Amino acid sequence: MDNLRLKFSKTGRAIYISHLDLLRTMQRAFLRADMPLKYSEGFNPHAQLAFALPLSVGASSLCELLDFKLNGFMELSEIAYRLNKALPEGIEALEVYESENKFKNIKWLDVEGIFEYDDRTSLDMLPGLMDFFARDSIIIKKKTKSGINDSDIAPGIRSIAFDTSAGRVKLKAVISAQEPTLNPELLSSALEQLAPELKPDFASFTRTQIYDSEMNIFR
Amino acid sequence: MDKRLRRILPRVQKPARYTGGEYNQIIKDKAQVDLRMALVFPDTYEIGMSNLGIRILYGAINEMPGVWCERCFAPWGDMEDEMRRASIPLWALESGDPLTAFDAIGFSLGYEMAYTNVLNMLDLAGIPLRSAERSSLTPLVFAGGTSCVNPEPMADFLDFCFIGEGEEMDKELLTLLRQAKNQNWSKQDFLSEAAKIEGIYVPSLYEPIYNDDGTLKELKALEGAPEFVKRRIVTDFDTAYFPTKPIVPSTEIVHDRVTLELFRGCIRGCRFCQAGFVYRPVRSRDKDRLVEQGIESLESTGYQEITLSSLSTSDYRPLSGLCDGLLDFCVPHSIGLSLPSLRADNFSLDLMSKVQQVRKSGLTFAPEAGTQRLRDAINKNVLEEDLLNTCKIAFEGGWNNIKLYFMLGLPTETDEDVLAISELAMKVLWLWKSHASNKARGVNITVSTSCFVPKPHTPFQWEAQVDMEEYRRRVKLLRENMRAKAISYNWHDADTSLIEAVLSRGDRRVGAVIEEVWKTGGKLDSWTEYFSFERWIKAFENCGIDPKFYACRERTSDEVLPWSRVDIGVKPEFLWSEREKCYRAELSPDCRNKCTNCGALSMMNGGRCDG
Repeated sequence: MDNLRLKFSKTGRAIYISHLDLLRTMQRAFLRADMPLKYSEGFNPHAQLAFALPLSVGASSLCELLDFKLNGFMELSEIAYRLNKALPEGIEALEVYESENKFKNIKWLDVEGIFEYDDRTSLDMLPGLMDFFARDSIIIKKKTKSGINDSDIAPGIRSIAFDTSAGRVKLKAVISAQEPTLNPELLSSALEQLAPELKPDFASFTRTQIYDSEMNIFR
Repeated sequence: MDKRLRRILPRVQKPARYTGGEYNQIIKDKAQVDLRMALVFPDTYEIGMSNLGIRILYGAINEMPGVWCERCFAPWGDMEDEMRRASIPLWALESGDPLTAFDAIGFSLGYEMAYTNVLNMLDLAGIPLRSAERSSLTPLVFAGGTSCVNPEPMADFLDFCFIGEGEEMDKELLTLLRQAKNQNWSKQDFLSEAAKIEGIYVPSLYEPIYNDDGTLKELKALEGAPEFVKRRIVTDFDTAYFPTKPIVPSTEIVHDRVTLELFRGCIRGCRFCQAGFVYRPVRSRDKDRLVEQGIESLESTGYQEITLSSLSTSDYRPLSGLCDGLLDFCVPHSIGLSLPSLRADNFSLDLMSKVQQVRKSGLTFAPEAGTQRLRDAINKNVLEEDLLNTCKIAFEGGWNNIKLYFMLGLPTETDEDVLAISELAMKVLWLWKSHASNKARGVNITVSTSCFVPKPHTPFQWEAQVDMEEYRRRVKLLRENMRAKAISYNWHDADTSLIEAVLSRGDRRVGAVIEEVWKTGGKLDSWTEYFSFERWIKAFENCGIDPKFYACRERTSDEVLPWSRVDIGVKPEFLWSEREKCYRAELSPDCRNKCTNCGALSMMNGGRCDG
């Protein structure tokens, strides 16, 4: 069975599993679930697995996508059921379906962020945060392979909204998933660089939905 | 998860080491648990999770109803700094609870260089280092593992030590602890009772008394202490517990594969080898049972590699059949089978060709010494002819990567023996030149030497280690004679070996040095990033202890050794006679040729030794 796509979540203790380790973890889960993955041909055969978008260590997600190919036939619901018994704590198979859309058509991501403020009132931070992210351009220093470059993150933010509860500001944003990729962690590093008085004591993010360029949910 | 921890984890290297949550971890309901044990490995997660002993004990202890055993490993330096800054005490992986919440804290002590880590981890947990400073019954702090065959250097820090194999001892100890907790025993009462369990050594029940020259006069057994603590073994290896649902780490570890344990003990009796004496007698596991355990483990983990573990794989009688049985499952599932610890003979090569159908990895042999005389003296039963013949066949078969391991500083070694190492390497190179099937690929011959460390309970336990200057001179001599480009030469540092020699044959006074090293910043001493020879030397000076007294001094046959209260099973008279045979360059037969009456058979309660 080719063109299979798994939607899974990565939360809790599993958010510290790195991208490379996740690949190994998934391969082993398929083997434990007694579902033989298709391997590539050649001198160094490897399982044909492809993740949609790499997720940073420490970030949670409710919408990770993994493409895979299986030898033999199995009911799609059976695949998800078996995987769930074979996955480690914090990784949950949500759905398995036949993919029709290529990963390159992914464009936008819904992310939820939590900014924690220890000794400041979160409500007081709101106006500053709203003003900051309403700017037309937010130019930050970004480390790349070729050194430290200036990068404008404003075009990568399609929308952003804030809400508060005790000690924390919750944000909901639609950001660019690829071309250009906007790592949500840059939202808090932008504050650190340009508006340190707004910088939270700790920021964490969760991916909640993936869209194409027309803002249709990407499947 | 603790909020402070959540903030730290994204900043440290490889955070998945510190979170637990792996597949096959054991989680229990605290309401159903009345005893909690932390199984602590005093090194990093990657090393500790690769240790088969930890996996066996974790599974075996968790089989006990009402007992929850969790894991704990040493944090890397960056994590330790963060933990200390945020005042997060050391925790166990499964529950995330601090070690102070546990009833029993058991360290696995496989090598001496981990000793400073034990102290560092106790400190990170907020637990007083010395046994005498811990007055309440729990948490009990103890250790087991190979280094514990000489428990004295760590005696002041540990409430007791396990001598030998832990599978059964652990359960007996925890059962006693349950009774003690229920009946509110004092720690003293508990330790007196624990000393009655075979294999448990309670240091506070023995008092060292010294002669004027600094040697031990007596290790006085106080009231209630057994004369000797007999090493504990599992006599029936077929029915012994083996974990077929091992934890699958979510991050890469050193030995990331299924490990099958073929047998314990070794028939060879190489005179320098501690494992060869302290794991006797030989007890094997049935071939079909092993195939079952292998398949079960592969299915429950999803690992794609399996390896065989023992002190000398070639000596497992049904090895060929075992490999066939495993390959029947492995080949159709694309699972790799690897065979370490093979002897340098043709049989091994055939077997390796069979299991390595795809890739040819390197071959590794350990002749240990360059001349036949010295190999005879250490009872390493390898003939040069066999080694060269194997290399020849290997080169013809397309192998072009050979590693040769040797030791420098073995008893009776002369410059002639040292130079013979380079001659042997040259002979191997010539063989390649005349027999290689594909010369275009070139050849890699790697020669490695380590510095011999005399170990307790071996025929060389009375020997002096060569001093560092002399060791370095021998390395230099060898280096100057190792000129071929295709041969690369690696040697171990003499300084770690000196410290290892002191710690392995130290007495109770050495504990003060370990503590001083830790106090001055010592930890993770098995890592070159952290090991500091200067720190150790300073600590010796500050404690008024001469490391050469322990490392470089020859003992007489009647000296009271710090480990003399430990009855390892092999008789000291046997060890002494083996030492004398070394000086006559005389071989001893292996256990299968002829029983040498070493004494270990007496531990089998009438069962047989598979020698």
